[in-house]
Amino acid sequence: MTLLDVKNLTVEFKTSQGPFRAVDSIDVTVDANDVLAIVGESGSGKSVSMLAVMGLLPWTATVTSDRMLFNGVDLTGLNAKERRNIVGKDMSMIFQEPMSSLNPCFTIGFQLREALKAHLPLSRRERKNRAVELLEMVGIPEPAKRLVAFPHQLSGGMNQRVMIAMAIACKPKLLIADEPTTALDVTIQAQILELLLELNHQQDMALVLITHDMGVVAETAERVSVQYAGQKVEEQSVEALFATPRHPYTYALLAALPERSTGKLLPSIPGVVPGQFDRPSGCLFSPRCKFADARCVQDVPYANADDPTSVRCHYPLAQSAS
Amino acid sequence: MTEKLLQADGINRYYTVRTGLFGKSATVRALSTTSFSLEAGKTLAVVGESGCGKSTLARVISMIEPPGQGSFTLDGTTIKADEPASSDIRSSVQLVFQDPYGSLNPRQKISQILCEPLVINKPELNAAQREEQAREMLQLVGLRTEHYDRYPHMFSGGQRQRIAIARALMLRPKLLVLDEPVSALDLSIQSQILNLLVELQDKLNLTYLFISHDLSVVKHMADEILVMYLGRVVESGSTDDIFNDPRHPYTQALLSATPVADPTLEKNRIQLVGELPSPLSPPSGCAFNPRCWIAQDQCKNDSPRLQVQGTHAVSCHFPQRS
Repeated sequence: MTLLDVKNLTVEFKTSQGPFRAVDSIDVTVDANDVLAIVGESGSGKSVSMLAVMGLLPWTATVTSDRMLFNGVDLTGLNAKERRNIVGKDMSMIFQEPMSSLNPCFTIGFQLREALKAHLPLSRRERKNRAVELLEMVGIPEPAKRLVAFPHQLSGGMNQRVMIAMAIACKPKLLIADEPTTALDVTIQAQILELLLELNHQQDMALVLITHDMGVVAETAERVSVQYAGQKVEEQSVEALFATPRHPYTYALLAALPERSTGKLLPSIPGVVPGQFDRPSGCLFSPRCKFADARCVQDVPYANADDPTSVRCHYPLAQSAS
Repeated sequence: MTEKLLQADGINRYYTVRTGLFGKSATVRALSTTSFSLEAGKTLAVVGESGCGKSTLARVISMIEPPGQGSFTLDGTTIKADEPASSDIRSSVQLVFQDPYGSLNPRQKISQILCEPLVINKPELNAAQREEQAREMLQLVGLRTEHYDRYPHMFSGGQRQRIAIARALMLRPKLLVLDEPVSALDLSIQSQILNLLVELQDKLNLTYLFISHDLSVVKHMADEILVMYLGRVVESGSTDDIFNDPRHPYTQALLSATPVADPTLEKNRIQLVGELPSPLSPPSGCAFNPRCWIAQDQCKNDSPRLQVQGTHAVSCHFPQRS
């Protein structure tokens, strides 16, 4: 069953130098119990597209889409109150910086109970018990004592666990994790990713993982969507993507991984991601692409909207014999 | 024939911090008795989680702080705890920092940034000579000479990191201390900077002290590796030794926790429980014993010594065979 179905999502920001298109006609579909990873470099619009789904963008953003359905509800037509009933309950999000996402003025117990109070008809005592239960679920030792702790008294990994506990407090159907482990050490990262996958299996919760770390993608995701400069360039299952990347950008990105290199020099991608004012006319990747020709510079490539596996490239790399 | 450029003998660095207004002062053992050596033209990587003392080591080696005890010899000059180092020897070590946005003064032009080390340390040069050297350096790090009169905000992250490297190289140092030089950069830019570092090392016969938490980058760059945990070296050896034959349980856990960009790989993950203990009150005996899955009574009481076997040294009572 399709849980989240977004078609042709575009986000533009009003800036003093004119509109800036941060997300350019992106399609996202997430099935129940799915693990989708959205990969891309900074400025690829991966966070902005998910913030648009959550309705968390500032007023300077203009969000347009053909379709934005979550669990059968059209997200575009909702007013603020109706949206609040969904966001934080059926659909929730955790952010990159656990330290700055929690309110430093309130105890973590208060912040957890606040999330429960907003969405569930529980009594005071039930909320407290549920908060302890949640902290235990995310692996915080001595959860009853921790309820009165402030965020600054906990480490980064512990704060991220609290964020996760808060996000799963109302048993969401969809959890969006925006770089959940980037600020954490590898041994803590392994614990957090394990926890997210466990929740995905046990609670029947779909997971959207926004990341730039290919290692994290390979180990957690089932499907991967690759974005470049606000556009989705390709989407494949994780095994297929790592074995046979079809867009030249994905191919170059994977080749640039130090662990895949054989020589002392890495095959690097020249140049940088285009910014607001230096967008190329044709394919956005064409100035950095080693396969680009005249057609790539002139014509914008489009992916076939009906075929989710199609690639946004004039000359997709051939699938290998396997 | 290679000679030892850097030889550290039992250096440590303790900090005294006050706990509260009337509290007793406590000692943070940021770096405890560390010895290692580094040959000219090689790369020594220091890995470990945050709080393990790798940045303190960088500060001591780059003579920002004197060692608390012990001494180290750099290029024939010995630096001791109580003797301030001469400015000559200081200029043979330079630092490159993690954040290319924070490490360049936004009010200085690239010309000022690059010439400042020469103004201070080489007063015999006139302005024209300084400019010539700075322009040469810009080309060496892969920037164009017309970038000379621009400000840092006109550059992307990767280009800024090139400028930071150029600044570090202006005094022709022998040792470059790289404190997480690529962890703030995007994947496609990361490979460009790593390639630049490899090229510069060949061209200028530089020696690198490479601090990183990204093991795939370390594997690509390092000749030798120092694994640190809570201010102590737990294992050291050649890159081959550490990656193919890790002996210390912490090294094994660190390697297994690092995500590998290969979805077909069978995962055999050692889950570490808990987090890094506070360096204010390190556990007795082996610092790793509360998180170690093979810890015995001996580990809680005795601190293990570093046992050397050829190039490979490990500090554990029960070193593992893999």
